[in-house]
Parts: sequence; structure tokens; C-alpha cells
Amino acid sequence: MNLRRDVFQAIADPTRRNILILVATQAMTAGAIAANFDTARPTVSKHLQILTECELLRQEQNGREMYYHLNAAKMKEIADFIEPFRQMWDDRFNKLESIMKAYQGNQ
Amino acid sequence: MERKTQVRAGDGHQDICITREFDLPLPLLFKAYTEPELVAQWMGMRVLTLESKPHGSWHFQTVDAHGNIVFQANGVIHTFIPDRQIIRTFEIENAPFGVQLEFLDFEALSATTSKLTMQIIYKSAELRNKMLQMPFAHGLNLAHNRLQTLLHQ
Repeated sequence: MNLRRDVFQAIADPTRRNILILVATQAMTAGAIAANFDTARPTVSKHLQILTECELLRQEQNGREMYYHLNAAKMKEIADFIEPFRQMWDDRFNKLESIMKAYQGNQ
Repeated sequence: MERKTQVRAGDGHQDICITREFDLPLPLLFKAYTEPELVAQWMGMRVLTLESKPHGSWHFQTVDAHGNIVFQANGVIHTFIPDRQIIRTFEIENAPFGVQLEFLDFEALSATTSKLTMQIIYKSAELRNKMLQMPFAHGLNLAHNRLQTLLHQ
């Protein structure tokens, strides 16, 4: 299985990105995470399952509750980490350039 | 060939420096940062507020296909010098990255080309690294074609 591919698919979804940002501050239960979204609870569960399968989240039992943690080691792998960051800015600036060229043409 | 967009992030430092050269005259590049409709287009965000002046404020958000707000950020503009410099703060709402300070320097390279130098300063090196690890937290989306490229690596 190609883990790199899975990780990038996982973060391509805006809800999943928001889940990662939420648990970056503190471990949370599925219920507490779902409370932050208008999305149906089963949909959030599905997102949690995908994030757990590609190891971006870790589950940890605490008493009767299951908590989700951010798997920092995995995040480092995604990132590895300046090149993806640079590529995202490059995409954004390419867009700026083409939009402003079109704008210039219309003036 | 030299890459158009360059990123420097020194080990143990708390800042990131991004530089980019554009095939655009300087005033046009600067305009991309000051006209709300244009900012909305290239950033892919809703521009709720953008007061391009000293002590002005700004507020951006993105929504998903169902209308849920998936990203909100805000800040104030500290310095605004047309065609030269914008100094502003940037904070993502409901995220653990704190406030960052951004220095945007604009310069003309020729009549038809220009350069942007963006220095982003975080409260600590740890926060900076966290942001580098989660660039999507910055509201940056993996463009579809980029995603395809990554998927085929």
C-alpha cells in the first residue's frame, strides 16, 4: 500500500483538514470532534476512520472513552516538509499571476 | 532553471521567507493584494473585510460545497505603502498557531516584471514548524493537478 498517496488523499478533504487542526491542540473524542461540524455524525466517523487508517490520527482508550490524537510523526512525513509548502504557495501565486494577466487584458 | 517561488526556513528560526517573481508590472501585483474581488479570486476565499490602509482590518473565510465554514482568518494592517509594502498580522481562527506577523515587500524588476518578498514571523520556532507541517491550515489547498502529481509519485 502506498502510504504517501493515502496521506495526501486524506488531507485533500477540507473536513479532514479541519479535524487535524482541531486535534492538534488536544486529544478529543469522536463526539467532541463531531460537535464542531454540521455534518452528520456518521460522516465524521468515516473521516476519522480514514485519518486513522493512514495513521494521521492515533486512537487511545481512556476509561470508557476513545480519544483521537494527532500522530505527529506522520505529520512530519507528509510535510518532509518544505517542498509541499513551497508547491502550495507556487500554485497560489501562479493563480494570482494568471488572474491578474486576465484582469490586465480586460482593462 | 531557477524556481519561481522559493521558501527559506532556517533550522531553529521562527520565521519563513517566501520570494516570488511575477510576469506582472508592479502596480498590477500590488493590486492583487488590495482589491477585494481580485483577492477573493486568487486566494479562493470569501473576503468579508479588507481595509487596505494603515490600521485597517481584514477578515477572510472559505466555505465547503455544503456552505460550512471550513477556514477563517483575520488580522490588522499595520503599514500600507502603495506599490511598496504591507505589514500585517495574520491569525487563523480556532487553530493552535497563534498570531503571525507578515512583512510583504513589493518591488519592480522591470517595466513588466516584479517581485514579492514575504517574511512571516511566528511566536516560536515550534509554532513555525507546526505550520510548515500543516500548510493546509493556512487555507492553502492542494490544487487538483498538484494532487494528481503527488498521487502518481
